[in-house]
Amino acid sequence: MYAFDLERPGRIADAVKLLSDSEESQPLGGGQTLIPTLKQRLAMPERLVSLTAIPEMQGVCLSDAGEVCIGGATTHATVAAEAGAYPALAALAAGIGDPAVRNRGTIGGSLANNDPSACYPAAALGSGARIITNAREIAADDYFQGMFTTALDEGEIITEVRFPVPEKAHYEKFDQPASRFALTAVFVAKYADGVRVAVTGASEEGVFRWSEAEAALSADFSAEALSGLSLSGDGMISDLHGSGAYRAHLAKVLTGRAVAAAR
Amino acid sequence: MPKDHGVGASSARREDVRFLTGRGKYTDDIALQGQTHAVFVRSQVANGVITSIDTTEAAAMPGVLAVFTGADFADVGGNPAGWQINSRDGEPMKEPKRPVLAHGKVRHVGDAYAAVIAETEEQARDAAEAIVAEIEEQPAVVDMGKALEDGSPLVHDEIGTNQCFDWGWIEDNRAATDAAIKAAPHVTTLELVNNRLVPNAMEPRASMADYDPGTGDYTLYTTSQNPHLTRLLISAFVLGIPENKLKVVAPDVGGGFGSKIYHYGEEALVLAAAKKIGRPVRWTASRSESFLSDAHGRDHVTKIELACEEDGTFIAFRTETMANVGAYLSNFSTATPTFLHGTLMAGNYAVPNVYVNVKAVFTNTAPVDAYRGAGRPEATYSLERVIDMAARELGIDPLEIRRRNFVQPDQFPFTSAAGLEYDTGDYGALVDTLEEMIDRDGFEARRRDSAARGKLRGLGVNTYIEACGIAPSNLVGVLGARVGLYDAATVRVNATGNIAVMVGAHSHGQGHETAFPQVVADMLGVDENSIEIVHGDTSKIPFGMGTYGSRSLAVCGSAVVRATDKIITKGKKIAAHMLEAAEADIEFTDGQFSVAGTDKSVGFGDVALKAYIPHDFPLEEVEPGLEETAFYDPANFTYPSGAYACEVEVDPETGKVTVDRFAAADDFGNVINPMIVTGQVHGGLAQGIGQALLEQTTYDSEGQLISASYMDYAMPRADDLPFYEVDHSCQTPCTHNPLGVKGCGEAGAIGSPPSVVNAVIDALHAGGHTHVTHIDMPLTPARVWSAINS
Repeated sequence: MYAFDLERPGRIADAVKLLSDSEESQPLGGGQTLIPTLKQRLAMPERLVSLTAIPEMQGVCLSDAGEVCIGGATTHATVAAEAGAYPALAALAAGIGDPAVRNRGTIGGSLANNDPSACYPAAALGSGARIITNAREIAADDYFQGMFTTALDEGEIITEVRFPVPEKAHYEKFDQPASRFALTAVFVAKYADGVRVAVTGASEEGVFRWSEAEAALSADFSAEALSGLSLSGDGMISDLHGSGAYRAHLAKVLTGRAVAAAR
Repeated sequence: MPKDHGVGASSARREDVRFLTGRGKYTDDIALQGQTHAVFVRSQVANGVITSIDTTEAAAMPGVLAVFTGADFADVGGNPAGWQINSRDGEPMKEPKRPVLAHGKVRHVGDAYAAVIAETEEQARDAAEAIVAEIEEQPAVVDMGKALEDGSPLVHDEIGTNQCFDWGWIEDNRAATDAAIKAAPHVTTLELVNNRLVPNAMEPRASMADYDPGTGDYTLYTTSQNPHLTRLLISAFVLGIPENKLKVVAPDVGGGFGSKIYHYGEEALVLAAAKKIGRPVRWTASRSESFLSDAHGRDHVTKIELACEEDGTFIAFRTETMANVGAYLSNFSTATPTFLHGTLMAGNYAVPNVYVNVKAVFTNTAPVDAYRGAGRPEATYSLERVIDMAARELGIDPLEIRRRNFVQPDQFPFTSAAGLEYDTGDYGALVDTLEEMIDRDGFEARRRDSAARGKLRGLGVNTYIEACGIAPSNLVGVLGARVGLYDAATVRVNATGNIAVMVGAHSHGQGHETAFPQVVADMLGVDENSIEIVHGDTSKIPFGMGTYGSRSLAVCGSAVVRATDKIITKGKKIAAHMLEAAEADIEFTDGQFSVAGTDKSVGFGDVALKAYIPHDFPLEEVEPGLEETAFYDPANFTYPSGAYACEVEVDPETGKVTVDRFAAADDFGNVINPMIVTGQVHGGLAQGIGQALLEQTTYDSEGQLISASYMDYAMPRADDLPFYEVDHSCQTPCTHNPLGVKGCGEAGAIGSPPSVVNAVIDALHAGGHTHVTHIDMPLTPARVWSAINS
């Protein structure tokens, strides 16, 4: 690890200012990706601006519109414990990493990093969530722009994420055996106006919506509705844990299982 | 009723108090006044010529005290192989020099070619990044088959080939085996890979050297399983520091599994650096360095043929194996695929013909050496997979085909067709026990239950025999070993009757500090808590060979027994004088020396006190003091054996394998501490199941280690494993050591992989996927799914 300065502002405005002061500043959420990167000396920020001491960015609540609203610096453990209004989301949070990761890692950090195998992007995209930043509101459909790439501008902070609560939902995750990130995982959510299906861990473009499955499931919310569908392995991640074709196959299997398990 | 102390009791592991409360003292916990830090610069390419190394800038950086490159060690010796293997044509193996730091060429990713010593680790790291090395990358060779082709890139140009040796065992049996296979009514052929494993001890390797300019004495604190062997290698081969000026201390060590048997260049580097700068020099591997530079395990590519009669009677096993030794010969890399593998290729069976050919191959990968089981897992896996395949082809029950071919209890001692003399065993009894453990009658119901949930259930079984406590020195010397394979113990009875036992074995998880006192306590009739085990410090213990190959109790424990026998013999002389009786009339039982046929006796503690306060003492017949040393060189290997069974569920849609049940029936001979034995089996099973399902060491074609972190290298976790059924009630004591023990440390890792794979194949056949006859380990979901859909 190279030496760096650490700031822990208590207000969003102060964090934004610290980040805009210098191009060498970098935001730090729970640090579950950034800290290992620093330890490997793969990054050399001059200053880290921790977002975990900002009370406005903490906690889970229910909006008047019935959305589950989660502060950007809320840990996975807190979401698992407090997002009971959206059981599939709470269960997803409870399955990220291990207790140490869940007690440090944050929803904002995960969404800002947009790891192609992370869990939260599937929930956000699968729920049509709204990503609230210090500057604006971004629809999930516009937010995810490819592996490790998002609509966030330099220095922009995710302050809150708002999840509309569906009638039924389920996150079906198939673990990569070593990292226990998603080898492939599928978030299925049934809303009054249709079904959303988000697949993570599979595509080289990061999390994506499987629109054919959404159409089929909107017409008939059952695993059988998927029987004629298939995803192509082209453009899917291929590595020592599985080929693109395997991931494409898994996405279909897991979508069916998520539908069957949706509550 | 179970015993509550002494031999046979499950005494709680006394060392666990410090391990579980964070009070263990490991190499990295030791802090010395004025200590400095070493950081190594490692190759990022698998094969390259070092054109130049510019250390000027690095040497001038803040805090930097010294910079070393391979040139600094060009004139010292190499780290040698401990066993010379001769090829079938009589030619000795190729043995290129393994330098302290790579010089002239780097040969694998992670090969260290420079080192920086600085006041802090961060300063050393900064300076290491400032070293400018020009390394001309050359094509790497990773695949063993390609490495043996003409025109392949060479790992060591000076030897002109990548083949280390081409070994036949037993060469005189080759023609008969070939003929038997040619004439056999049924031959089953299997090509398989025994996957390379990264050892992943919880504690990474670490070393700290201290040099005293006042006396010229060196001390090396290091993560070693055998400090005397490390000292010998450094003294006699590498740096030439006289043994009497070098103390090697291996304090608490957090797991080794073989990887800490060997001497590594980092140990020599910190010693040389400590001398040069006159201050202590320390180094602890990062986990990434461990992945790249610890000696890996396994890595065989094998073709095995089993010839048998239609009734399943075995006629011959013929094996051709390529064994990867990596870029350099680690200390026991040449013994592992040969004498610890080829000699076991008759298994538990009275098969008349066995022939094994092993080609050891250099590649641009990390060195490969013995890892928990060391050769015997490779032998067991090949045998027990091909037997399972043959049973399926012939329609014979997998346990029955094994029973038909077992060496029978009345045949011991039995010389196998691979040349070993098995002393005792009862393989049929092990299978009987196993069948009682696994509720085979209930299997079909469990299979139906799985099917109702969309899962395929399979049952896999196997047996194993292994060889522990490799010996005797006279024989292994003839076979090429360059070390002795005895061990040593000193029993020091203190004046007040408590006892220190200095042992050559090293405990890094095995529980010696608890089990050895149980032996001594029983023999001397004293409380086991009055006995302390001292190990791991060459200045305190007799010259022993350390701990590997499940040898500690069988070999070092026997030395403890012999030394304790000497204590009793001397105690009798002293007691005879105290009791005014003839020595021949003195009996010793339950801690009392007594005169036969009388009520005259004296306690062990009184005799000890007399030995150290020798007033009224027969000085002309007996020396004062009560301390004895014994060296024990076994007459033979010991031969633990077992029968294992595994039940898996396979999800045919995803290929995921879940181990639902696992049963292990082992014959370890006599058992000193059943709880420790059970724990050893549990740990071995975890590693064996890890190899079978999870652990995947992958180099790409350019020699980059793809699975170089826990993000991609899957270690077994608790929820990957079932609750085990473990039994060690079948006990045929070893006939040639005084404890009748055989060794239990590696059995689980040796015996478990084939039953896991056999179970998966059984499950797939039950699901109608009968085209799948084999899947190479690890049986990851993707591999199983691909096999189903191939």
